[in-house]
Amino acid sequence: MSKADGAITEVPVSARAGDPPITPELVADHGLSEDEYERIQRIMGREPTFTELGVFSAMWSEHCGYKNSKRLLKLLPISAPWVIQGPGENAGVIDVGDGYALAFKIESHNHPSAVEPYQGAATGVGGILRDIFTMGARPVAVLDSLRFGDLTSGRVRYLFDGVVRGIGDYGNCVGIPNIGGEVAFDRGYEGNPIVNAMCLGLMKKEELITASASGVGNTLMAVGARTGRDGIHGATFASEELSEDSDESSRPQVQVGDPFTEKLLLEASLELIASGAITGIQDMGAAGITSSASEMAGRAGNGVEMEMSSVPVREKGMTPYEILLSESQERMLVVAEKGRENEVREILEKWELEAAEIGCVTDDGRFRILEDGLAVANIPALPLTDGCPTYEREGLESSEIQNLRNTDLSEHLIPEGDLTKTFLKLLGSPNVASKRWIYHQYDTTVRTATAVRPGGDSGVIRIRGTTRAIAATTDCNGRLVYLEPRTGAKIAMAEAARNLVCVGAVPTAVTNNLNFGNPLKSHIYYQLREAVLGMAEACDTFETPVTGGNVSLYNETDGRAIYPTPVIGMVGVIEDVEKITPQAFQRTGDIIVLLGTNTNEIGGSEYLYITASLVAGTPPAVNLDAERSLQQTVLEMNYELKIRSAHDCSEGGLACALAEAVLGDGDNPFGASITLDDQIRPVPLLFGEGQGRIIVSCDPLSLEAVLRIAKKHDVPAIQIGYVTEASEGFQITTREGMVSASLSKLSSTYFDTLSSLMTVTTASS
Amino acid sequence: MRAAVVTFPGSNCDYDLYKAIQQVGGEASFVWHRERGLESYDAVLLPGGFSYGDYLRAGAIARMSPIMEDVVEFANNGGAVLGICNGFQILCEAGLLPGALVRNASLSFQSKDVRLRVERTDTLFTTGYTLGQTLRVPIAHGEGNYEADQRTLEQLETEGRVVFRYVDQAGETTEDANPNGSWHNIAGITNATGNVLGMMPHPERSMEQLLGSVDGVALFTSLGSNLAMLTN
Repeated sequence: MSKADGAITEVPVSARAGDPPITPELVADHGLSEDEYERIQRIMGREPTFTELGVFSAMWSEHCGYKNSKRLLKLLPISAPWVIQGPGENAGVIDVGDGYALAFKIESHNHPSAVEPYQGAATGVGGILRDIFTMGARPVAVLDSLRFGDLTSGRVRYLFDGVVRGIGDYGNCVGIPNIGGEVAFDRGYEGNPIVNAMCLGLMKKEELITASASGVGNTLMAVGARTGRDGIHGATFASEELSEDSDESSRPQVQVGDPFTEKLLLEASLELIASGAITGIQDMGAAGITSSASEMAGRAGNGVEMEMSSVPVREKGMTPYEILLSESQERMLVVAEKGRENEVREILEKWELEAAEIGCVTDDGRFRILEDGLAVANIPALPLTDGCPTYEREGLESSEIQNLRNTDLSEHLIPEGDLTKTFLKLLGSPNVASKRWIYHQYDTTVRTATAVRPGGDSGVIRIRGTTRAIAATTDCNGRLVYLEPRTGAKIAMAEAARNLVCVGAVPTAVTNNLNFGNPLKSHIYYQLREAVLGMAEACDTFETPVTGGNVSLYNETDGRAIYPTPVIGMVGVIEDVEKITPQAFQRTGDIIVLLGTNTNEIGGSEYLYITASLVAGTPPAVNLDAERSLQQTVLEMNYELKIRSAHDCSEGGLACALAEAVLGDGDNPFGASITLDDQIRPVPLLFGEGQGRIIVSCDPLSLEAVLRIAKKHDVPAIQIGYVTEASEGFQITTREGMVSASLSKLSSTYFDTLSSLMTVTTASS
Repeated sequence: MRAAVVTFPGSNCDYDLYKAIQQVGGEASFVWHRERGLESYDAVLLPGGFSYGDYLRAGAIARMSPIMEDVVEFANNGGAVLGICNGFQILCEAGLLPGALVRNASLSFQSKDVRLRVERTDTLFTTGYTLGQTLRVPIAHGEGNYEADQRTLEQLETEGRVVFRYVDQAGETTEDANPNGSWHNIAGITNATGNVLGMMPHPERSMEQLLGSVDGVALFTSLGSNLAMLTN
């Protein structure tokens, strides 16, 4: 190994015996355009070696280089006084009060999950956990945001089952509670499921560590699992479209997870950080050693030199190319302070983990790779990480979508037959029905901090030793983004914020996962740009900056893109855990009040999808200022202890939201008697998905205060009914008909749908 | 009460158990599985989690850990040993409790609140409950289906060693109330001398109303006060 002082800058790079010659085909196979290749040659001042080509290919993939999204992402607001770490690190970090900081981020594992659902989803959880604990934070909760095709398809049920098991087995084993998330089923995701995992981690503010290779001469150590041939070029694979034959041929690009090693890594990493013996630590995630080493060097403005023969490998004969690009899971790159390597090793040995010195930090700004002392790659680090070309493309809305939006929906405003039957069909639709079948497979209570478990508007984790808690939610209705991306993205933001205020949390910051199709297509780029603009506007209005996230493009199968799905992961702070508001009604005789206004809108609704198999119309209008007032109204009611429950209206409309509020977790249901006086046809009134509505319940003695607070914020509020005993049933009366059902009927419809759909699968497969 | 919380690689409920002991006024210490010696403790607690990733079989590798020799000796000398979830699995693997915990009948992980009926109130761990009391406690396991041969089951029943059973809201041992397929709805058992308790549900997660239930508190206060009486 050459000296760490960086005296040797021009190590001659030799072509390795056995490496293929660089041809235009090889360049294209690496996902690089001709222009990009020319740029690489200019940076290098020569033709790259095969190893160098592989390194550029991974770092300049969409997954690592954000080449088609970077310019758009710059439009998002990223700062606020409470933001400690914005985008660009392993995870964003915010100040949540009482000396605590919250690290949080969402990440996608869509492509691997489409090919191998169990491992794809499991490793997605593993990756996001590492992003959190490498910031010095202990992971305290995970959420997952999932999209699949319709459950009528056997293939979809296989994917759904595998993804849920994968997430469950991994998170359960590591011991991180799952506190929520969301799932939707729609033919728009057939063949290309979405698997986004979000993780929250807590630390004392002073425990924050960043992933940078600082301190020239410090030692780079590979920690954790050995490097194998799995997942080579996963980052490049994630930046391509899937095709029918992706299934078999892509399987070697999917990694295999080992949650047990992850748990050891987690404990060891937090101990390492606490010891002060290391200056930086990063997950070897997408693009493996290559990205972790070059990004850490880039952030510190330093260089790195690594000897490939020192990297612990799983099999003999691995080339530098393979070692550099492997995405074997549960590996970390650690920068140990010179002279404290043994301290690092002792901590790792306690946790039965391997550690190997593989290189050092240099001052020459080069990303230099040696094989048995001979340089096989020598690249300037900065252009590698920051020199990836970024593109601004032309975005044009497709006429197909314009037509869908202009669809005449008037015939659908009239109910087909019995309202109660339609209501029950909607309540039992997999998109509305309880997701209990999923979260009963996830440990939700480990770590004894889960104050609100999955199934509510948001999950809540208390911060032990304080009166505070953190609420988190993920939201996005892809159909609405598909029909009108800017509006759809605003709705995703608005819904997320409503979900937080319903539990009593102040919306604080956002992580986002932009799941889109191929950005080289102008109508997809249009969706991406519009969605980012909508999100940016809502972030500004709600004062919720974006602190990081993930971009997953090329979500297409055989040329068909998924619905554009910019998943919003939003976190909020609750100052007093005693003031958490439940979603379910709490007491017979309480008054039910609707905040917001019912509308005549039906576009993009679940009602249209299940009754007419339609995804059409204009999404409901969303007024961000009105949403903001609504948020403040609910928070004030919560703060003054005037409401006993709060629940957001979303998929399935007002009728389904009311049903959810009477059912609760199914243990102690109530009844409700509701009268809706609006001059609106029953279908949009009961099942429309108009925005800006929250149902609250209160003691009759608090009604006056509730109405006064709403009025103060200029939010419409109207008493629509009262809570009754479960034995009195569930009734909603409108001007043109009513919905009426017993609680046992509601309960079986709502709670048993998913499990019976999935049990049939097991029996028939 | 001085309680040792044994941490194996992959334990993940050790912290929760530690806090539960502290909450009832006990003194808890983490003991790493490679350490030796438990003489200075009044109780030994084996936490839940996935020791060694549950690879091979839940608890099968952990029971080979150096500390387990001491745990067995501690139990054989009459010391109070509590194994929860993975801890219960390890106690069965180590032969301190009979039977085995196999894959849930549903073949999937089950995480939810269940109801338990207290069957014995004269053990070190349950004097704070009333006989037949129904508790609400979470479970979170994939392998909690209690199995034993017919003779062992009969022995457990006749000797009254079943301490907790899964029941419904009305307190009945129905099939629907059984979350994992355990024989006789068994959720927790003791050894013949009553000083070793293994249970799948997590009483350490039912310590605060904020988190859903306080029904686990009496288990730890029972243990604390009974051990205090024994030492005095």
